[in-house]
Amino acid sequence: MQRIGVFVCWCGSNIAGTVDVQAVAEALKTEPGVVFSTNYQYMCSQAGQDIMKQAIKEHNLTGVVVCSCSPRMHETTFRKTAAAAGLNPYMVEIANIREQCSWVHKDMPTGTEKAIILGKAAIAKVNLNTPLTPGESPVTKRALVIGGGIAGIQTALDIADAGFEVDIVEKKPTIGGKMAQIDKTFPTLDCAACILTPKMVDVAQNEKIRIFSYAEVTDVKGFVGNFTATIKKKARYVKEDVCTGCGICTEKCPQKKVPNEFNLGMDNRRAVYIPFAQAVPKVATIDPDHCTMLKTGKCGVCAKVCTAGAIDYTQKDEFIEENYGAIVVATGYNPISMDKFDEFAYNQSKDVITSLEYERLMNAAGPTAGKLLRPSDGKHPHTIVFVQCVGSRCSACDEKGKEYCSKICCMYTAKHAMLTRDKYPDTDVYVFYIDVRTPGKSFDEFYRRAVEDYGVHYIKGMVGKVMPEGDQLKVRASDLLANKQINIDADLVVLAAAIEPDKSARPLATMLTASMDTNDFFTEAHPKLRPVESPTAGVFLSGACQGPRDIPETVAQAGAAASKVIGLLAKDKLTCNPCVASSNEIMCNGCSSCANVCPYGAITYVEKEFRQPDRTTLVRRVASVNEAVCQGCGCCTVVCPSGAMDLKGFANNQIMSEVDAICK
Amino acid sequence: MQKISRETLIEKAKELLQNGTVSSVLGWKAGEFSYDVTPATFNSVEELEKDFVYNDFCGANFSKYLVKATIKAEGKILVFLKPCDTYSFNQLLTEHRFNREKVYVVGIPCEGMVDVEAIRKAAGEGIVSVECTNDGLVVDTLYNGKVKLAEQDVLLERCKVCKSKKHVAYDELLGDEGEVIESKRFDEVERLEKMTPDERFAFWQRELSRCIRCNACRDICPACTCEQCVFNNPKSGVENKAAANSFEEKMFHIIRAFHVVGRCTDCGECSRVCPQNIPLHLLNRKFIKDIDNFYGEYQAGAEVGSRAPLVNYTTDDIEASDAVRKGDGENA
Repeated sequence: MQRIGVFVCWCGSNIAGTVDVQAVAEALKTEPGVVFSTNYQYMCSQAGQDIMKQAIKEHNLTGVVVCSCSPRMHETTFRKTAAAAGLNPYMVEIANIREQCSWVHKDMPTGTEKAIILGKAAIAKVNLNTPLTPGESPVTKRALVIGGGIAGIQTALDIADAGFEVDIVEKKPTIGGKMAQIDKTFPTLDCAACILTPKMVDVAQNEKIRIFSYAEVTDVKGFVGNFTATIKKKARYVKEDVCTGCGICTEKCPQKKVPNEFNLGMDNRRAVYIPFAQAVPKVATIDPDHCTMLKTGKCGVCAKVCTAGAIDYTQKDEFIEENYGAIVVATGYNPISMDKFDEFAYNQSKDVITSLEYERLMNAAGPTAGKLLRPSDGKHPHTIVFVQCVGSRCSACDEKGKEYCSKICCMYTAKHAMLTRDKYPDTDVYVFYIDVRTPGKSFDEFYRRAVEDYGVHYIKGMVGKVMPEGDQLKVRASDLLANKQINIDADLVVLAAAIEPDKSARPLATMLTASMDTNDFFTEAHPKLRPVESPTAGVFLSGACQGPRDIPETVAQAGAAASKVIGLLAKDKLTCNPCVASSNEIMCNGCSSCANVCPYGAITYVEKEFRQPDRTTLVRRVASVNEAVCQGCGCCTVVCPSGAMDLKGFANNQIMSEVDAICK
Repeated sequence: MQKISRETLIEKAKELLQNGTVSSVLGWKAGEFSYDVTPATFNSVEELEKDFVYNDFCGANFSKYLVKATIKAEGKILVFLKPCDTYSFNQLLTEHRFNREKVYVVGIPCEGMVDVEAIRKAAGEGIVSVECTNDGLVVDTLYNGKVKLAEQDVLLERCKVCKSKKHVAYDELLGDEGEVIESKRFDEVERLEKMTPDERFAFWQRELSRCIRCNACRDICPACTCEQCVFNNPKSGVENKAAANSFEEKMFHIIRAFHVVGRCTDCGECSRVCPQNIPLHLLNRKFIKDIDNFYGEYQAGAEVGSRAPLVNYTTDDIEASDAVRKGDGENA
């Protein structure tokens, strides 16, 4: 029989406000195994912990139940307290009478009744607890960064700076991400390439960093400190280590009509291409969908002109396996598709474009060499209408767009408007907005400058319809402040499209068992206190994969994620969770169900000899759990048809006795 | 009347015993009544000739017997498997329940086995003997005299809606390999699905209230091969647990259905052996239907090593919420 001590916490008035803590402590005194029961204002305080330590010693307690807040808050605290008093820390159970009781109930009698029931359940469980000892597992001192945009680049640089090896996996042929496509950055208007490309070069030159570009992570196994990732290096049909990036192949390639994704299809590239001048790695890639040689076997011009002999049409996708201690997700974002927004005539008129397309039109390396020309006829537009919140802040029932605010659009639209007025003062610029949201350092000043110094017409209201007519776009909108309808004959309409997580994020989250919200943004372990960690140990978040954010925020978060990774990799050993699965060999059938569902590959099978009742020996195949690999997820216990598999610390009989205690 | 005669089977068994391929034979011998045949092991040609029986009542699925038989036997065991038995055979192999090397499978074609309960219904009580002839069954009864019945009218439920005449595992075949059949086996499940929840509850309450907990369904079930069944395990916390109400008593069957989900091959043995004629197979068949519906068609035991959808994960899997919605929608 256990000797259990019960400690009921008031949590100031958080618990004591709706739960009669005195009554709870009294009621639990008579439960089986309980030899001591008390209550105190703050159990987590030093004084509270001292009460517990003293009680453990005085009453020779073998088990402890703390009725307090969620175990996510103070389970570790109380386990340490118990350990300091000489008790096995896994003999402590928490009854959550705050989040699951006092906070959700309004009146004292119901709150108290439920708190007593929760306490009884925890006592029933402790009665069946056994002391557990954690093991240790080693840490692979290398990090994987998935995504090579500014988030991934900054994280990798910071981790490498601390002396650890980092691999970046980028699905495009070059790192750089969205920031490489952007022209200028708010609020300082410095050129994006000028601040990004030095970082890209740093990455390329850093001995600790390896770049797997044109590659994807296809499988991740393992757990914190010991991940194994399978990386698919897509065939680029160019030997990466031989290509000098001279670009002669891209000049001579006869296939000239391939839409250039770097310029969002506003001009063409060749079938063999280098995405942009400062690409890292500066290596050509052959697009197998458009290369005549790969499609028909007739051409081979690039191989002929390549002096380095880097072209290899026989290249195949290559799969490599690498071990990592930590994984950083930096998969970024994309503007949403405009297909559902027919009212803005995006698909009808070439002169209705998205803001990212506008960036390329303004960029010196873009399709118009930085001259602002209309995509339809190459003429200079004199009236430009910017529409904000296209697909952002939609109502929940609206299936076209997103419910959230895309956050960056107000600022980049102000930037576009300002730059346009600065370069082309003869242009009329209108911005239609729902709200202008500029909470950031020097952000509101920037927006005010656009309005006051540059004479941009900001109009509160949404554009209802854009109709192409002749070479003009008839824009019909409402001005909510003047309470009237407005008609503008525009030459160009720019849509601030909402942003959404990259499509690769969802399958990746599945691989990593990392959780996502309903919009497919990765969720953090705690929105306030653990903002760059995923709830999955060893998986960290960097940049817009977690939610819309601008460059300064992304870089700050990238550094934060890197520091978390460094903290992990700096450890030689990690303490394992002792709440792992174990198999009762007498009952195990050897059916393999558990091994089939184990996400960590922790279960193997061994042939074991068993004595039979008739004194003969029988060899049976039984499951055996590798405790260093098991993460205690419990899938195996659920599929085991004979109930041979059980989870230490969360054994079936413990859960059942909790349920029984609640239902009694 | 089965296509294959007793003599053909004895012939084959003799041959394999004599040339040393197998050391024992799993077959049937006569029981107390003519419609009552019992599985038995034969170790010699003499035993075979004396006792071996094969007729329309040989419905037993021998796959499960192999779990224990392979441990006991020194040499190989010859087993005669009907097409439906071979699915259970594969499923047990998938779960590593016996050593394939110790078994020699002879696949036999099957025309459907008859159900003595159906005969009793058609011919009346007091069956003295049943003779399987080429043109049907001749039933001698105490009260109605000799009654002639067509086999088709008195088949076991599972044979009426036979799902496959294909042998999915064998070392040797007597007759053709056969084909998977477009079966109407889910019709009855659909009928239950169309009921209101109250009607369905009443249906199961009525059926399951007859259960006497004889455990025959569990003991015969080829998916129930645990070293120690949870219902016998004093440490499980559910053994001999007092039932809180008249329905909780019936949880046995629901728990059992959950335990065999994704592993049940729909062999129908549970219903065949039930002394109270409870249509237990319907519980399992509902699971099979739902799995087919949610994850694409899956037949347990169709191949060795296949993973049932419920213990497998693919990115195309239906979301739990959608499964619930779909299930509800169907039943509404």
